[in-house]
Order: sequence, then C-alpha cells, then structure tokens
Amino acid sequence: MASTDVATGKLERHGLTDEQLRAIFRNMLLQRQLDNRGFQLNRQGKVPFALGSEGHEALQAGAAMAFNRGVDVLAPYYRDLGLCLGIGLTPYEIMLSIFARAADHNGGRQFPNHYSSKAAGLMSFSSILAAHLPHAVGAAYAIKYRGETERAVLATCGDGTTSEGEWHESMNFAAVHKLPFVMLVENNEWAISTPLAKQMAEPQIWKRAAGYGMPGRRFNGFDPIETYAAVKEAMDRARSGGGPALVEGTCYRYLAHSTDDNDMTYRTHEAVAERRKQDPVPAFEAVLLEHGVMSAADVTAMRKSVLDETNEATDAAEAQPYPAPADLYAHIYEGAWQPWQS
Amino acid sequence: MAVVSANSTVMNNVEAVRATLYEALKSDDRTLIIGEDVGARGNVFLITKDFIDEFGPRRIIDTPIAEASIVGIAVGMAMEGLRPIAEIQFADFIYPSFNQIVGEAAKTRYRSNGEYTCPMVIRTPYGGGVRGALSHSVCIEALFYHVPGLKIVAPAFPADVKGLLNAAIDDPDPVLFLEHKKTYRLIKGEVPEGHYTIPLGKANVLKEGKQLSVVSYGLYVHWALEAARTLEAEGFSVEVIDLRSIRPMDKTAILTSVEKTRRLLVIHEDNKFGGIGAEISAMVAEEALFHLDAPIRRLCGPDVPAMGYALPLEEEFMSSPAEMAGAMRELIAF
Ligand SMILES: Cc1ncc(C[n+]2csc(CCOP(=O)(O)OP(=O)(O)O)c2C)c(N)n1
Ligand SMILES: [Mg+2]
Repeated sequence: MASTDVATGKLERHGLTDEQLRAIFRNMLLQRQLDNRGFQLNRQGKVPFALGSEGHEALQAGAAMAFNRGVDVLAPYYRDLGLCLGIGLTPYEIMLSIFARAADHNGGRQFPNHYSSKAAGLMSFSSILAAHLPHAVGAAYAIKYRGETERAVLATCGDGTTSEGEWHESMNFAAVHKLPFVMLVENNEWAISTPLAKQMAEPQIWKRAAGYGMPGRRFNGFDPIETYAAVKEAMDRARSGGGPALVEGTCYRYLAHSTDDNDMTYRTHEAVAERRKQDPVPAFEAVLLEHGVMSAADVTAMRKSVLDETNEATDAAEAQPYPAPADLYAHIYEGAWQPWQS
Repeated sequence: MAVVSANSTVMNNVEAVRATLYEALKSDDRTLIIGEDVGARGNVFLITKDFIDEFGPRRIIDTPIAEASIVGIAVGMAMEGLRPIAEIQFADFIYPSFNQIVGEAAKTRYRSNGEYTCPMVIRTPYGGGVRGALSHSVCIEALFYHVPGLKIVAPAFPADVKGLLNAAIDDPDPVLFLEHKKTYRLIKGEVPEGHYTIPLGKANVLKEGKQLSVVSYGLYVHWALEAARTLEAEGFSVEVIDLRSIRPMDKTAILTSVEKTRRLLVIHEDNKFGGIGAEISAMVAEEALFHLDAPIRRLCGPDVPAMGYALPLEEEFMSSPAEMAGAMRELIAF
C-alpha cells in the first residue's frame, strides 16, 4: 500500500485525522458486512437479489471522505454502497432498500443498491448505465448557474460504462462549460463478463481527459488515502471554479456481478484468489495497526459494533411492511392521474 | 405582429412560441433554453432569435450536437431545481434521446417515490408537407404516448400554442411539446395578451355538427376544418374536435360528441398502425359502441417508414382536404 512514505516510514495521510482514518476503515468494514448480509438474505430466500461491492471498499470510503455532506451532490451507480454510507446513508436505509420496504426512499420500487435521498444530496438514478451522467452534469450546471461556489457534483460509474455515448456526451459538455463536476471511474476490470480488453483498446481510462480538455488522474483504488487525495483535489478544484476532472481508481470486483451471475463461467478461482491477496480491507487494517491509529483491540471492538449495527438494521428493516399494492399507482405525475382526462 | 384589438395580437405559430418563451424567460430566472443552434442563430426557425442578446449564453445554451444529453442535462437541471426548456431541432433527431425521455424524465418522480421530480419541457418541430424528406418530416407522437409519466401536447392554433406552452412550462412533470412545422408560418390567429394557460388534456370543439364527429390534432385539424366546411356547403353537418393534448386525452369531449353524432372519423398524419387513432377507436368501442351507427373510421398516414422527398411521394403520404372530405362523405353515407 502506497500510504507509507518510504523515506520517513510515516503514514502519508494527506491531512486526514486519526478519527477520519478510523471512519474510513469503519465504512470499509460496514460495506463488507452489509454486502455479506445481502448475499446471506438472498441464499435464505428472503430477498430475490443482491449485489456487492467487495474490492471497491477502499475506493468508496476514501472518495466519500472528499464529499462535503449537506453541500455536494452525489450521482452514483449501483455498486456504490460505500459511497452512499460515506455521505450519510444509514445501514437501516440500506436494508430498507434490500428488503424493498415501504419506508425505503424509493418506496420499494427500485432494485436494491439504487439508493436516492434528496436530503443527502444523492440523486435518484435508474439501472440504465451512463444515463445518470447527463443528470449529474445538469445538476452541476444548475450549481454553477446559481453561483454556488462551495458545491460540486461527484459522479461515478464503472469501467464498462465509459463505453456508453452518454459518458462521452457528459464529459464533453462538462468541459465546454467548465462545470463543477468530477467523473470518478471505478475500474474493476470487469463489466459483468466482459474484460477491459474487449471494452477499450486503451485501458488507461484517465488518459481520455486530455481529449476533453480537462485534468485526468489515475490512482490506486485499493488505497483509501490515495483515493481521498485524488478525489479531494478534483472536488476542491471543481468547487473553486477550476472545472471538471476525470479521476480513475483501479480496483477489482471480487464477487460475481450479482447474485444472478456466475463468474466462474468467464474467469477462474485462481485468478480471483491471486487478486484477493491485495484485499484492501486487511491491507488498510495493517496500515492502521502499524501506525498506531488503531490497536488490535480497537479493531475487534469496531468489527463487533459493525456486526451489531448490521444485525439491528436487518431486523428493523425486515420488520417493516412492504408497500401496499395501491402504491403502484402513486407518484406517476403530481396528483391523481388517468391518461384519459374527463 | 398586427394588433387587432387592445387585448390581442395576430401571430403565426412561430411568433406564438417565441412570444411565450420570451415571457417565460422574462418572468422566471430558473427557466433556460438548451438545444442546438438556439443562440446566435436563434433556432433554425428563428424562434429564439435575439434571445441570447437579452438573456445571455448561460440561459440560452447552444449545446454540442448530442441529443441524449440535451434531454439528459435538462433532466438533471430539473432535478436540481431549474425549469429547463429543451429543444430537439427536428423531431426526427429525438431518437438518440429516447431513453432520457422515456426511461429517465418520465420515471424520475415514480422511481424516487416522489422525492425527485422532473419539471421540464421538450419542444420539437414535427410533421410533413414541407418537403422534409425521410428525416425532417416524421411524426413521433405514437412512440411516446404509450409512456406513463410523460405528457404530450400538439397544438394547432397560435392562441393554443401560447396557452398550452405556458401550461407545459408551469407543469410539475415532463411535457413533450410538439410543434407542427408546416403550421409554423401558415397558420395565423389572434393571441390574447397577458399570461394565460390552457389546461393540458382539454380538447376544443372547433365546429359543432350533428352527423359526424371528426377528431384530429396538429396540421390536419386545419385541413379537417376546411373539409368540414366543404361538406357543410353540400348540406352535411360535421363536428370537428381539436384534441390539442394527446396525453392526457380528453375522453369526455370525444364521447360527448360521438354520442351525439353516432359516427367517428379520426384523422392524423402519423401512421395508422398503433397510432393515436387506434387508442381513440378502442376507447370509443369500449365505452360507446352502442351509440354508433357506423364503424369507426381512421384516415391516417400509410404504413411506410416515412414520406419521400419527391413531391409525388410526399403527396401520396399526406392526406389532402379533398381526401378528408371524401372520407367524411363516405362515413355519413354508411
Ligand atoms: C444501458 C445498459 N446496458 C446494459 C446494462 C446491463 N448491465 C448492467 S451492469 C453491466 C456491467 C457494467 O459494468 P461496469 O460499468 O464496469 O460496472 P461494474 O458492474 O463493473 O461495477 C451491464 C452490461 C444496463 N444496465 N444498462
Ligand atoms: Mg467494471
């Protein structure tokens, strides 16, 4: 992990306090715990679908630290559990989404992982890849138009999604108008079964930034501190009128795409096991222990509190009612509605 | 623009759209226009001419040529509190933005359980009869009227353009506003001054009659009216209804008329198969079958991909007032 300054042996913390470092680590543990819970509930037959972000924990926990809560806007995609936790969503809100309960922000309408919360600045998005990026750019335009200089939009997507036309359209417009917009690509090398090499001839996605006339940067997404530094630099620039940026974090997708995918049809146990050796969760734990940010006892206590919180959230959300069948007909337009007007 | 009385001005449809947009920009700084060539060029039909001088390039946004994001960026603006009016230069170019309209704008309120909304207008010129060939003359309404979450308006007269565009701009949900480009300069009419709205989903009975109900919208409203007057001179009595809105559609106006005249002819330029007329016919068959004295008839565009550039191909595609009159006579005689 690149977080240790080789010359001094000190932790390269980019201004992060011990408390923030522990918050990042806790977010990483919580992601993994909630991911596991989704898969467990699926195997128990309690929920039809789950999708995990294992391998993205460091990237998302680090990036979320660079987000100003209550100020910035997040336009995420479906593999952003850690980002959503990091900007303030609670495990209970996550579980309401997993269980599709009426109290869920989306009223149980959307797939799990499609979180939205106006209060948190989390834009509603669909499952249609890249369709949220023009929305993020439109929100950035609104922010700039109103002269709100302390705000920026952080948008995310996977490596595969960068092939979509709307990815290009969004980058181009954001650059033309110098918008407060940061495009964070979570490059996990896979798009369901399609590897990077079939997705693009130039695998260094960040290099495209030059073509749009904006700064670009690649960072190690297994290192939450390096991630934080890269995303913060881009967000600070965007907030202060310096325009958009493309930041690409490298990571890996340890799990199958979702509970509906069998990744052993297109990659091997050995290949995944090899990448598991770099697992960012134990790696960051080791860094925190080594530099005395946490003790082994602290880590044990944190793991227990994360498990307790997950259990409580699971039970509380499960006890909530489903939406009523009549809810199918609400919120199509403002007010009651029929296509035929009388 | 000639002033007819103190309270109204004679305008064509281009002028009516322009005047309404101007007032919207004047009265609410959350409103902005986003589209191709809307700035210095002032839109290809000069609808936004000089707007950029008065409102500046931040509110009159000349976009890159990228229709999916013209609509998509407007969706994001609307979600973030602005009131964007997006323009697709010709309806034929709307296809790249299909997902943003159908999958995003129309579903934003629904998918977020009402937490996010998408108050925006998408304006676009559509329709043929202008030698527009395959890709500057299509009707697109049938591709969109299937979609809950979307509203669709297609006015025919300048006064309706103003009232309905104002209503669309004020509306809390996304509205697709269709402007028939042949009516742009052809059709003139008195437009009341001051701000007013016409509710979306209200049809207008343009001419009362006893023997036949004709339902149409857009350019063909004018031609249907012409045909109905021809029949009147021959001693027949034809009622003509201008739908004005396609979604929502005014069921009461249609049923009230059909129950009176006992005959229904739907006329539209868009293809017949799966068109607006199919929905109207099904609704009338479901709700008023035993009031009918004759089968429902539809006079619509043929089932071909589009009208050709060559004049005979365009004329073959379009229904003329004479053809409309013929269809009316036949149905009355049934
Ligand atoms: C427009 C569209 N096309 C295809 C899909 C199906 N799909 C869902 S996820 C996915 C892979 C996306 O890969 P990537 O962007 O790398 O994100 P990751 O899942 O790896 O995080 C595909 C093809 C979709 N949801 N939307
Ligand atoms: Mg991927």
